Amino acid sequence: MALRALIGKDLRILRRSPVLVALLVVYPVAIAVLIGLALSSSPALPRVAFLNEIPPSQATIKLGSETINTTRYERELFQAIQPVAVTSEAQALADVRDGSTIAALIIPPQLPEQLASAAQTAYVRVIYNGNALNQSLVETAIESKLAQANALLASQLSRVADSYIDLLLTGGSLHFLGSTYDVLGLVRARSELAAIAATLPPSSPLRSRIAKVENFAQIAVSHLGGSKRVIGAVAAPIAVHQRVLNGRRTPLDSYAVAVAVAVSLMFVCILLASGLLALEREENTLERLRRGLVGPGALLCEKALLAALLGAAVAFAMLAGISLFVPVTWSRVALWLVAVLAGGLAFAALGVAIGALVRDVRAASLLALLVSLPLVFLALVPSGAVSTSLFEAIRVISAIFPFKPALEAIDAAVNSSQPSLGIALAHLAALIAAFGGVARLALR
Amino acid sequence: MANLEARALSKRFGERVAVRDVSFELDAGEVLAIIGPNGAGKTTLLSMLAGGLEPSSGSLELAPGRGIGWVPQQTAVYSKLSVLENLRLFARLERVADADAAANRMLEQTGLADRANDEVGSLSGGNRQRVNIAIGLVSDPAVLLLDEPTSALDPRQRARLWEFIGARVGSGTSVAFTTHDIAEAERYAGQLLVLADGEMLFAGSPAELGAAEHETDLERAFVAFLAERGH
Repeated sequence: MALRALIGKDLRILRRSPVLVALLVVYPVAIAVLIGLALSSSPALPRVAFLNEIPPSQATIKLGSETINTTRYERELFQAIQPVAVTSEAQALADVRDGSTIAALIIPPQLPEQLASAAQTAYVRVIYNGNALNQSLVETAIESKLAQANALLASQLSRVADSYIDLLLTGGSLHFLGSTYDVLGLVRARSELAAIAATLPPSSPLRSRIAKVENFAQIAVSHLGGSKRVIGAVAAPIAVHQRVLNGRRTPLDSYAVAVAVAVSLMFVCILLASGLLALEREENTLERLRRGLVGPGALLCEKALLAALLGAAVAFAMLAGISLFVPVTWSRVALWLVAVLAGGLAFAALGVAIGALVRDVRAASLLALLVSLPLVFLALVPSGAVSTSLFEAIRVISAIFPFKPALEAIDAAVNSSQPSLGIALAHLAALIAAFGGVARLALR
Repeated sequence: MANLEARALSKRFGERVAVRDVSFELDAGEVLAIIGPNGAGKTTLLSMLAGGLEPSSGSLELAPGRGIGWVPQQTAVYSKLSVLENLRLFARLERVADADAAANRMLEQTGLADRANDEVGSLSGGNRQRVNIAIGLVSDPAVLLLDEPTSALDPRQRARLWEFIGARVGSGTSVAFTTHDIAEAERYAGQLLVLADGEMLFAGSPAELGAAEHETDLERAFVAFLAERGH
């Protein structure tokens, strides 16, 4: 009866705070739309002035039996940048200076010649505008795509080298400067030598000399065969084979959804619970209520329950909104509800503990923000990003506040990630009891 | 039987004794003024009588059937709720059988019927205090406790408040109030209780306090009484 009357009273007070109500409605919608758009649209590419100085007639080069088209590598680079075509180096520099592009990428005319020579390193030129952040952005984008282009080129060059080695080993036709030559090859050379040696008298001094050359041909055949494998390895020295431990890995966009929902749930629950309890002190009604009208336990339960229910509603609305942009499994909706309710109750328990410690709503809101923001950052620090001892300290701090377990619960409910929902819920239950106890003590 | 009987009430906060061995009786229709210097323990005593503080020792006895109404010094009302909503809420929390009827009755008695649907935050200080007192009376208590009820009111508002309280006293409600205004205590209280440093130094009528100090002016008698006892 008393609990119902108090919940009705608090809802009436909230309804009469239009800014707060607007925030509770607008906030999840705005965040859901922003996150949805961010996750469902491609990232913007940096605008880079692009000048290709290679004449179109020289864009294709012939290297051995392989044909290399340089425009293919151009396309690789365009995946990382938004090219703005320019006709001269002067125009490229002017664009970078006036900021219409953040860098210029120039492919010099001698690039095909350098590639064809196979003796010189071919290069492209990148000009930055001096802004460290822009430079880092373009540098990372271009270097990553250049590495992919280099890998493709290395693979083609290794095939060229293979064909030359095969020619040396087994012989064949060599086309060079419009003429065709018949190459004997080491294997056939060895057979020829053996045949010549067989025609010589046993006492001939030429026999031992021919045997030496024949032996060399044998060694060359064996080792040149091995060198083909070495060239193949140089083209792609390290490849990545991925394996995920601890169950299923949450895709980054789905994890971002869990983080966004957990952050919103945290803010709504902590701010509401602490604010509603602090309001009782600010209005001096706490003394009246504590005169036996409402027990401290019932009062704390009422505030925590109301904040958790409203927070869960906001979080659920966010999840539903985000599901318009990012695919989520609606069949797990019951688990979502359990996770956001448990997370909401844990955040609300922390909120009432804060509300019981302070005397007015402003102080409660400030303290709630001061406590909750660092918790988000700490909970998202990945292992390996800091020293082991610091990471252990962060793990302990994250474990004694509700953000990390709430995030794990929501992630487990939405994405079936590890640790399991059961473990996260047990953790949250322990925190609800602990912060409830702190609030009860502070209210004495 | 008295409406309220306090026996050897004491309250300690750690080592500090805020109230020590206070005893008195309050009969139906009787008005008691609790006076004393700042820090004497007046609000602590009133909080114990109201049930907001647990006494460290001693006992309280209340006439069966009706409870205690409490009016704190600072208005303790929800400013975002209307006058009627505040009265209804506290009537429900006090477990009054017909909360709506009790709230409407208090609106009539306090003359706030025309402001019933106004948010309390929009009322003047005097009207807010009337709501504060109305909430204390909404359960029709046998004893009404008021902590410095007129300290924030102008003389006209004070007169109206005492007129209202007087009507309740006339119908048998016992009233205990704390005040720094000795003239107010002399005018409205039949009994005085003087506290200093948590100790009850005097219990009797205003006339008895004046006679004890051979003074016709009660304020002078009160100051002299305290001075003689080192306060």
